[in-house]
Amino acid sequence: MTTAGQLTHLPRIRRIEMREIVKRFPGVLANSKVNFDVNAGEVHALLGENGAGKSTLMRQLYGLYRPDEGQILIDGKAVEFHSPADAIRAGIGMIHQHFMLVPTLTVAQNVALGLKSSREPLLDLDRVSARISELSQAYGLKVDPSAYVWQLSVGEQQRVEIIKSLYRGASIIILDEPTAVLTPQEVNDLFATLKRMVGEGHGLVFISHKLHEVMEISDRVTVLRDGQTIGVRLTKEVTRDELVKMMVGREVKPLSPQPAKVGAVRLEIKDLRAMGDRGTEMLRGVNLQVHAGEIVGVAGVSGNGQRELAECLTGLRKATYGQILINGEDMTHAPLLKRMAAGQAYIPEERMRDGAIREFSVQENLFLRDHSAPQYRRGVFMDFSRMAARTRQLVDEFNVKTPRLDTPLKNLSGGNIQKLILARELSRKPVVLIAAQPTRGVDIGATEYIHKRLLEQRAAGTAILLISEDLDEIRTLSDRIAVMYEGQIIGVVERDQATVEQIGLMMAGVSKEDALQRRSDLAHLSYP
Amino acid sequence: MPPNLIAAKPLPQHKLNIDLKDVLFRASLPLLAMLAALLIGAVLLLLLRANPFQAYAAMVTGVFGSTSGFTQSLTKATPLLLVGLGICIAFRASVINIGAEGQIILGALAATWFSLAFRHWPGWLLIPAVLLVSFLAGAIWGFIPGILKARLSVNEILSTVMMNAIALQLMNLLIRGPLMDPAGIAAGTYLAQSERIPEQAWLPRLVPQTLLHAGAILAVVLAVLVYIFLWRTTIGYRIRAVGLNPDASRYAGINVSVYQALSLTLAGAFAGLAGAVEVIGVQHRLLEGITSGYGFSGIVAALFGGLHPLGLVPASWLFGSLLVGADKMQRAVQVPSALIDTILGLVVLFVVASNLLSRRWSSRRTIEISATEEVNS
Repeated sequence: MTTAGQLTHLPRIRRIEMREIVKRFPGVLANSKVNFDVNAGEVHALLGENGAGKSTLMRQLYGLYRPDEGQILIDGKAVEFHSPADAIRAGIGMIHQHFMLVPTLTVAQNVALGLKSSREPLLDLDRVSARISELSQAYGLKVDPSAYVWQLSVGEQQRVEIIKSLYRGASIIILDEPTAVLTPQEVNDLFATLKRMVGEGHGLVFISHKLHEVMEISDRVTVLRDGQTIGVRLTKEVTRDELVKMMVGREVKPLSPQPAKVGAVRLEIKDLRAMGDRGTEMLRGVNLQVHAGEIVGVAGVSGNGQRELAECLTGLRKATYGQILINGEDMTHAPLLKRMAAGQAYIPEERMRDGAIREFSVQENLFLRDHSAPQYRRGVFMDFSRMAARTRQLVDEFNVKTPRLDTPLKNLSGGNIQKLILARELSRKPVVLIAAQPTRGVDIGATEYIHKRLLEQRAAGTAILLISEDLDEIRTLSDRIAVMYEGQIIGVVERDQATVEQIGLMMAGVSKEDALQRRSDLAHLSYP
Repeated sequence: MPPNLIAAKPLPQHKLNIDLKDVLFRASLPLLAMLAALLIGAVLLLLLRANPFQAYAAMVTGVFGSTSGFTQSLTKATPLLLVGLGICIAFRASVINIGAEGQIILGALAATWFSLAFRHWPGWLLIPAVLLVSFLAGAIWGFIPGILKARLSVNEILSTVMMNAIALQLMNLLIRGPLMDPAGIAAGTYLAQSERIPEQAWLPRLVPQTLLHAGAILAVVLAVLVYIFLWRTTIGYRIRAVGLNPDASRYAGINVSVYQALSLTLAGAFAGLAGAVEVIGVQHRLLEGITSGYGFSGIVAALFGGLHPLGLVPASWLFGSLLVGADKMQRAVQVPSALIDTILGLVVLFVVASNLLSRRWSSRRTIEISATEEVNS
């Protein structure tokens, strides 16, 4: 790589083609004669549900797996990659969902990592920094080469990853779910960069399951389902609904909840205050009521106290002031077990950390709460046959797709794990359900299913508090929407009266009344 | 396809083969690692001008060539197995017990004191009582760091090491004072050892004229019980849950620190039993060096056995054989005992490394399988 003087790399690859790719894992066909191609100067989206084979396909292109059958052609010439190093040398880069950066090193050090210095054995970080500056100018990737990675936001770290790829001369870049970790503003910045890269003649593969992003950024879409190519379309000639149908294999109808039959107050939060992890007050007097048979959505930009609120409700964070009442009974300082006994169920935000045990089987995870309930044990011994019968029943009832009941949980997809947690919590017939980010990172089919289940639970009279950063989800499911801002509920609006603009303004700290008034003036601040 | 059909789909046949292959693979890896270590040992032997063939032949015949060698290996395996079971329980709760040495000492102290204090009791009563008392004494020595961890988050590695030092000095004090053999005092030798315990407190010998005692059977039975405890009871379930994911356990209403403290207490109890069987099965009195380092080699045996109670049975026997064989080898080829320690150290290093390796491989396999199972579903 002696091109440090050059201003931009001229992309070398004009076209990559993957032909009839077959990849088998023990007993399973992960890719079945998949065809895929990407040209210089386009964004080609690879769309599909979790487990459709998108990542497997791209890992073969990046040299992480080798195809069992089929060919990879670069500009018409067949190539074989034995490792990512081969792929990088050929001009292919990949931006992983989880960044591969060393936090304690600077941007320049991270970029230079693993590359030969131009003046071995000495470092050439000054040249690297200069080159980074050139690249960031050319592509609009604002980044300071001397900043430490741990100081950077997630969006900035992603830029470093992109620069790393460009620095290594990548002309075709694979982006694996690049927006999953970004805020809406950062997504806009990323898309601007991607457009610039395409303008410079790069070819981009955009892996995603988010339709509106695919519609916005891509030129072509390939849809995979169950390891097969369902079709390739020009983005401008296809509709969102068509793509959903190709992805899921059937139509997905939007939910239209029945009006709520609201009962008595089940969950009441009075002037609740609590400290955050950093010692600052994160809840500053939260007041909220949830009635039987209604869903109250808590909207807000992340970091405004939603997480702390959920933790106070489950008793894992101490409230410093105020009250939490379940069915009128004071639970402010009650331990978790007492809250559970009072009929509270909880779907935690971090499902793999707090909601399940990766190494435990499906069955063991289902009984995380009830393993010592009298009907499932004999003395200190667990009654495996009854547990298995119950597990089989719940797995069927909640559509959890698992090869066996003793399959370790880590072998299930995110959607199925969430359904399992849902099964565990809802089968307790809760009086109050706290659902935090219930569909984050879950595919369309499972999301639809989880939403349906939550609405059924609402019809059954459960009081549901839905905490979510997905505004669409909040608006679909909630009867009332409480907007959280800086540790307080800044306002509660009825679903039917709330516009996206109004909620968006409240999320930015504008009071409900002002938001209502200023709505017309600030229409340009609209949400997508 | 309706999802219900998929959920009910029977298991494809190949799954079983994978699991079996995996088990065989994991079992063979430590053995291969041991061979590699012995190979390096052979080079070291050559450097010292000893004949490695002769040395290793002495090792093998030392263990398998005679009743005495074979029973010796089983006798050494017994405390290793008992200690290892405790280590295994602690590890399952993600707690590391370095305190087995001290817990063995406490068990041995309790066994000696009790059998001397109640020397008129008949054997059928005395032996179970001694075992119980030692079990409790070890448990107390494990409970102290356990409760320190639970209440004050004291690091258990530090506290258990400190508890070892306290136990050692406690034993030194007692066998030079109140517990010192009156016969030694009368004869003026003042040996740092206790009086011989009464004969009815001795564990019956399994093979006459050897040291192999009934403690070996007890240890194997306990291994099965620990397996049942960890995988069939609600308490064992919670211990494993706490070890694998304390956050999720907390959300499930399990009191994490209670189960961590419990696992340390149980670890201590099993080490205490090891101390008891050394006293009433082998030495028949308390003397310096009663632990023979079993508190540390028990950790290695536990890792050897994949931290599984049933895997521990062959693993501790293998390690016991290694100890006996190395001893025989040293005598046969006249090399410094430091070399024997080196070879044993190499074996440990290689086996632990192979453990890590197999975990990494199996996690890579899991990733591939999970990728495929997602597709499969």
